[in-house]
Amino acid sequence: MKNIKKFGAVSALSLIIGASAAFAENIKIAFVDPLSGPFATTGTNGAAEWTFAADELVNKAGGVLGGRNFEVVTFDNKMSGKETLIQVQVAIDQGIRFIAQGNSSGIAAAITDAVNKHNKRNPDDRVLFLNYSAVDPALTNEKCNFWHFRFDANADIKMDALTDVMAKDQGLSKVYLIGQDYSFGKAVAAAAERDIAKKRPDVEIVGNELHPIGKVKDFTPYARKIVASGADSVITGNWGSDMVGLGKAIIEAGFEGQIYTYYAASNGITRTFGEDGKGHLNLVHEGKLNPPVSDRASAYIDAFEAKYPDHDISQARIANAVEMLAKAIEVAGTADDVVPIALALEGMEHDSIWGGKVFMRPEDHQAIQDVHIGAHTDENIRHPLDNSAFGLSDDVTVEMASMDSPTTCEMKRP
Amino acid sequence: MTVAPTNTRKYGTITFGTLAPWIVCAVLLLTLPLIFGDRGEITIMSQMAIMIVFALAYNMLLGQGGMLSFGHAVYVGMGSFLCLHVMNSASFSSIPVPVLPLLGGLFGLGIAMIIGSFSTRSAGTVFAMITLGIGELMAACVLIIVVFFGGEEGISSDRTEGMPFFGVEFFTHIEAFYVIAFWLLVSSVLMYLFSRTPVGRMANAVRDNPERAQFLGYSARWVRYVSFSASGFFCGIAGGLSAILFEIATESDLNVGASGIILLIVFLGGVGVFWGPALGAIIFILLQTVLGLQTHLWELYVGVIFVCMVMFFPGGIAGLIVAHGVAMSLGKLNLLIRPYLTCVLPGIMGALGLCGLVEMIFHLREAATGEYEMTLFWTDLNTHNFWPWLIFGGIALGGALIARNQTPVLKEAWAEANTIEITSVGEPT
Amino acid sequence: MDLVLVNLIDGLVFGLLLFMLSSGLTLIFSMMGVLNFAHASFYMLGAYFGYQISTVLGLGFIGGLIVAPVIVGVAGAAIERYGLRRVHQYGHVPELIFTFGLALLIQEMVKLFWGQNQIPYFEPSYLDFALFSVGDNAIKAYKVFMIFISLLIFGGLLYVLTKTRIGMIIQAALSYPQTVEALGHNVPFVFMGVFGVGSALAGIAGVIAGPALGTFPGMAFTLGSIVFVTIVVGGLGSLWGALVASLLIGWMTTFAASYNIEMSSILQGIGFIKPEDLSESAFQDLWTLTLPQIGPILPYLLMVLILVFRPQGLLGKRES
Repeated sequence: MKNIKKFGAVSALSLIIGASAAFAENIKIAFVDPLSGPFATTGTNGAAEWTFAADELVNKAGGVLGGRNFEVVTFDNKMSGKETLIQVQVAIDQGIRFIAQGNSSGIAAAITDAVNKHNKRNPDDRVLFLNYSAVDPALTNEKCNFWHFRFDANADIKMDALTDVMAKDQGLSKVYLIGQDYSFGKAVAAAAERDIAKKRPDVEIVGNELHPIGKVKDFTPYARKIVASGADSVITGNWGSDMVGLGKAIIEAGFEGQIYTYYAASNGITRTFGEDGKGHLNLVHEGKLNPPVSDRASAYIDAFEAKYPDHDISQARIANAVEMLAKAIEVAGTADDVVPIALALEGMEHDSIWGGKVFMRPEDHQAIQDVHIGAHTDENIRHPLDNSAFGLSDDVTVEMASMDSPTTCEMKRP
Repeated sequence: MTVAPTNTRKYGTITFGTLAPWIVCAVLLLTLPLIFGDRGEITIMSQMAIMIVFALAYNMLLGQGGMLSFGHAVYVGMGSFLCLHVMNSASFSSIPVPVLPLLGGLFGLGIAMIIGSFSTRSAGTVFAMITLGIGELMAACVLIIVVFFGGEEGISSDRTEGMPFFGVEFFTHIEAFYVIAFWLLVSSVLMYLFSRTPVGRMANAVRDNPERAQFLGYSARWVRYVSFSASGFFCGIAGGLSAILFEIATESDLNVGASGIILLIVFLGGVGVFWGPALGAIIFILLQTVLGLQTHLWELYVGVIFVCMVMFFPGGIAGLIVAHGVAMSLGKLNLLIRPYLTCVLPGIMGALGLCGLVEMIFHLREAATGEYEMTLFWTDLNTHNFWPWLIFGGIALGGALIARNQTPVLKEAWAEANTIEITSVGEPT
Repeated sequence: MDLVLVNLIDGLVFGLLLFMLSSGLTLIFSMMGVLNFAHASFYMLGAYFGYQISTVLGLGFIGGLIVAPVIVGVAGAAIERYGLRRVHQYGHVPELIFTFGLALLIQEMVKLFWGQNQIPYFEPSYLDFALFSVGDNAIKAYKVFMIFISLLIFGGLLYVLTKTRIGMIIQAALSYPQTVEALGHNVPFVFMGVFGVGSALAGIAGVIAGPALGTFPGMAFTLGSIVFVTIVVGGLGSLWGALVASLLIGWMTTFAASYNIEMSSILQGIGFIKPEDLSESAFQDLWTLTLPQIGPILPYLLMVLILVFRPQGLLGKRES
């Protein structure tokens, strides 16, 4: 009985999966990130950025390989490792050769592992993994492989840039580290401890703690401790509602110093902080938004905002990823065999739409680029976020951050 | 052999009739990958098979024992993690892959025996709340105890490094599928047999009336403990299978969300029938993976289907199918065809019309500015046009009205189809 | 010492917030005999309606505080009347599962109407200032307002239940529904009313907690299971138990988050020797564990221990 059901159901399945196999001339990129569930905001925002970048930067410029367009196909991984692997499998079955993912380093680790195994076991249809956002340093160190490329600056690079800037502040004396209790939160704390000890041994780390991820209802007690410790700066890698909750609690508890963050912007966060966050919140990221670097960048952002009023250019590196992939495909002269494409991406130097250069380091596939420290403010903001008056003012820049940083990656090329 | 076999066969004999469904299942499992051979399809079918084992194991508690657990994914996850550690150890080269699920099962059994020793002391709310607490604690431990659980990334491994099993090294998904299918069949048969053992029968009695069961000389607590441990064993097997298929285990495999989903699956399929949870698992995976490819609102639809199911058909889909048994045995199934066409069909059409409206509202809100075109039910339409709204609204309203209008007819036909005609049998001639 | 006082105040705020949810839930439990999974969803609806009424419709915070709980209460009563009462005939497990599905559905509905993001629902400006400070720590007027509202509700609830005729009928109906029915009271109506009022209480909690703790679709899920824990620890069906457990959990999580007690010092205190190289040790995670890391999961541990050793809860009279 049950198997008869199964039979009927699965034939419907192959019908639906197979249905979208048309348009062979398009070069497809599978976007695999959460599009439903609690993390859907960042996922849908990323999907909009990918689609827009593909249209604006590649297709409108005439496509690649003499007129072939990029097409971004979205897959909902529901933020689950297993569901991700299923969707990646479905994408490969559809003949897609490029997998883009960014939300959660845990899932990125699962994909990089699965892609590595897939390429080993199926040499005829190898795929590339374009990691546009997962920043766990391990992905370009001990877990690196030839098929993985990271377009974001990793957590260590961002911390290096951040501490470079903080070290110049002579008033700095006490730093508090707090983060979510998982690999990324720990990586941020470890990097901060290491970098501060190296660059400013006189600065005291007055607190270093982790809290369970997504479980804290009220951040007030943590905020009280931070205020009581006398810290003048807080560093946190928190994201989502943990970021909002922590930040608001710290400011409300009467904290007067600076809060340095990785993810305190867009997706409702900028709007929720509003006036309260001004003068406190700072964010380390790539891709300069304010003041605008060029008319081209400004026009790009304006066109994006006009098309997707509810979304932001919150992950500027996506534009770099799309342009660099297009260039690599042109150089390789093929969109089907990913080995020459990967070889073309390795060591590529690219003039970013956001100003400066992006260099894809061949030894670990980590993109090296300018990193900025943006302040949350409503002054001189040409491109605000979240439909609010507030945005990031990127006045401090570290050029080609961590260009010479060491890596433990032992790249095995096919 | 002079001993009469009748004494040992207390619970029915093995005939072709009782074996036939299992043989059909086995044949189907063997042939399915030949029909759906894409890697994605095989992965989805394997995932279904794993969920079926989990759902059947869960129903050993919920359906057969009346015990509601909110932390059952723990045993699946633990089985999974253990198998991955075995796969990463040096001794993996001397263990063939198909044996792994057994190790997972034994680990699940061990954990269930420890936790069951205090959680099964009472049934009902106390049991449910203990499982919820344990579920939350274990999920928290996964992120804290990095040595065993690997933190957020979890533990991953490579199944091809195991000892070749008759020359098979499990490079392809189809080889993994056959291992999973084998274990699916074995565990289903074992779970079915368990429900026929005295303990399995007593679980039903304890569920319905613990006091009377106690009077019969059975310790209700012991019966619950045995059911709980057995369920943990099969959950561990499901975990081992998942380790083989995905070669990774993470926190999301054993958190409270995963435990909630299995409750949903089992109830959707039907707790009262042995194969109900299996049906639920197949339908849920289809909804999640295939409907999820089509719409971002799949969770909303699953929620609506689930709530309607509990409100109107608490026996689940399997219960609904089984309910037709009486009419079928009376040979009156044909009486239902017409009312189904006039009532249920318009009802489904109306529901689909409503879905269309919801999808259009969602598209209006989420789509890019200037992007008015969308594809709905294989039709291209413009959400800034008046007609699609009118058509879908009309279908929704019309379908609902017709269904409502025809409900009495359906009820009448249902009653008629389930009535034994006494006139022909009972009347003296 | 300052920090202890501040923590006492913060813990009180969170504990009383928990109480507003757990009081309604425990009343509903005494009535239905099952836990209502959707209770925290009413809390979330309260926050979203409060936002909609106060900001979008422009009725102000007080307008939201008055109107939103009424809407939530009516919605709750309607769900009892047309949903739960129907499912009730199938038994306890389907009833519980129905509320489980309802919680899922409400969350999806909220996402459909208000989107995924945290919404800009803020404290009213006239309560958004530091009322007083303890040491360097500012205590906001809004927190004091939250304490005030919660105590008002507790007092009112206690008064209605113990001193008024309606309260007597409710209490009697909870214990002996048939007898009360025979005396000519409409028991189903009483049940619907209790469910509605319980939901409305959760709604109030949502309206006032939304600005303080954030209003987003996951807010029900984050708080939901902890409310369960509260009423189980306090003793199912006991109002005083709910109060005691709420305050206990409020203070417990607050103090646990505040004090950096390290596992390594405890382990060393009882005679273990810390390994030189932690990365080699199988117990490395145990050695680096701190109290704030596990603070938020302590209530679950408490619940499991209570259920094992005192299944009726702290102040409960009967085993469920």
